[in-house]
Amino acid sequence: MAIRQLSVFAENKNGALYEITKSLAAARIDIRAFSIADTANFGVLRLLVKEPTKAAQVLSENGNIVSVDDVVGVKIPDIAGGLSDILRITTAKNISIAYLYAFVSRETGNAYVILRVDNNDHVEEILEAEGCTLLKEEELH
Amino acid sequence: MAAYYQKEIETASYEQIRAWQDERLVNTVNHVWNNNEYYRNKMKAVGLEPGDIQSRDDLWKLPFLTKDDLREAYPYGLMSAPLSDCVRIQSTSGTTGKRVVAFYTQEDIDLWEDCCARAIVAVGGTKDDVCQVCYGYGLFTGGPGLNGGSHKVGCLTLPMSSGNTERQLQFMTDLGATILCCTPSYAAYLAESIEEKGLRDQIKLKAGIFGAEAWTEEMRHDLERRLGIKAYDIYGLTELSGPGVSFECEEQTGMHINEDHFIAETIDPETGKVLPEGSRGEIVFTSITKKAFPLLRYRTKDIAVLKRGVCSCGRTFVKMSKPMGRSDDMLIIRGVNVFPSQIEEVLLAQGLTSNYQILVDRAGTTDSLEVKVEMTPELFSDKVDSIHKIEADIVGALKSMLGIAAKVSIVEPKSIVRSEGKAVRVIDTRKLY
Repeated sequence: MAIRQLSVFAENKNGALYEITKSLAAARIDIRAFSIADTANFGVLRLLVKEPTKAAQVLSENGNIVSVDDVVGVKIPDIAGGLSDILRITTAKNISIAYLYAFVSRETGNAYVILRVDNNDHVEEILEAEGCTLLKEEELH
Repeated sequence: MAAYYQKEIETASYEQIRAWQDERLVNTVNHVWNNNEYYRNKMKAVGLEPGDIQSRDDLWKLPFLTKDDLREAYPYGLMSAPLSDCVRIQSTSGTTGKRVVAFYTQEDIDLWEDCCARAIVAVGGTKDDVCQVCYGYGLFTGGPGLNGGSHKVGCLTLPMSSGNTERQLQFMTDLGATILCCTPSYAAYLAESIEEKGLRDQIKLKAGIFGAEAWTEEMRHDLERRLGIKAYDIYGLTELSGPGVSFECEEQTGMHINEDHFIAETIDPETGKVLPEGSRGEIVFTSITKKAFPLLRYRTKDIAVLKRGVCSCGRTFVKMSKPMGRSDDMLIIRGVNVFPSQIEEVLLAQGLTSNYQILVDRAGTTDSLEVKVEMTPELFSDKVDSIHKIEADIVGALKSMLGIAAKVSIVEPKSIVRSEGKAVRVIDTRKLY
């Protein structure tokens, strides 16, 4: 059920992100969602794309360092309190979240939150038991 | 059970070694005084006559000889035997300036090959071995030295010279080579090619004798694992004859110096003062058996430690550590001596590569040290915390290795400029003079 996410190492320097997006664009890879973790010296660009395997290959061939990790995506109503409802569940169940980010899909009109957690299956079970709808990788296609 | 090429010499008592060194040093000093004007002038300049050197204890009186002397005396100035007795030259690559040419009489070659034969026997070589020599042949000493040593041991010798990896691998597998002699970086390249071609099962190698460039313990473990061998270091300089000045035994804890042919000293590279055995400093060699090109107190610029004591292999020759750097590579940062090789050792131990750069600067009166190193796919993680932990681990390891704090920056792969020849490892922007 989990979704494959691409992470790319980027130095804090002019043009680093452009180089990454440029090679994805050249391979006609559509970026559906992204977030950046930035630190003093470097950043980690996290991406959801239509074809993660192909995108990882394109970036590796371009000399980037890429990691592909499973993350959990969950649908949230695009209304006040939507995110809070999800976090209420994870807090109650003591799920520690390394990072999260959200995006809105134009096709479905839904908002989604992406969670990076240690045990995907466990978190997915909990969320489903609470009546949440999980995002499937096919829906990104 | 340890084997020796020349047991009585290699396991001689310390007193016996001292006696050989005393006698041969005096002979060599007389030999250069009588046969070489350059040496005679150098000794006269400091008021020395041959009679002032009675034993090893007087060695310190002799002036040092440096690469500059060798360049100044080029081509024939330091030849100390009649041309009619000289049968060969070898030469350095000349990458750092004018070439240095070394001369050999037939006896010099013979003794040099003995030294290489000792190295081969020390790694378990016998006449039943197939020894593949892929050091360069020709002016470079690596090929001719190990080739001659291999003959003396009686190995079936494959005089491959360097390059042509396809052919190297074909002979290695078809003829079942058991000992590999080459540079450690070429050994790593061969290992990579063997893996790519899936030839690991067809390799019969048991030992490798790798020298002519600096390499680390991590690289040793890597080569041993990938080639299924024991990897041994060998040391030498063209100026002193070539490989075989010192060599490793099965203990792999330093290289035995062939003390019947060379006297080793450790000096402070700044002051030239002789340091007690066991101190870290620049190694200085005096050759005591060569006729055509004897060198008295030749400064190697290699920083190492000498360690005396009977080795578990039974050899009594003093051991030198792997060179920890070159005295001309040494940086003094906040008053501490730092060698780039120490930093490289830390990075490799932390799972990084040797693609790094050292930046030294000075703000006000305080030196700053920054190490830039490229991220690797194995260490990368989507979690920032994990990357910060790697940086912190490197900072900690550098601190315990060097005793000073360094800033560490992990950079993108291929962002540190590669060079064709020697990599530019150090960028020192301090204005010290």
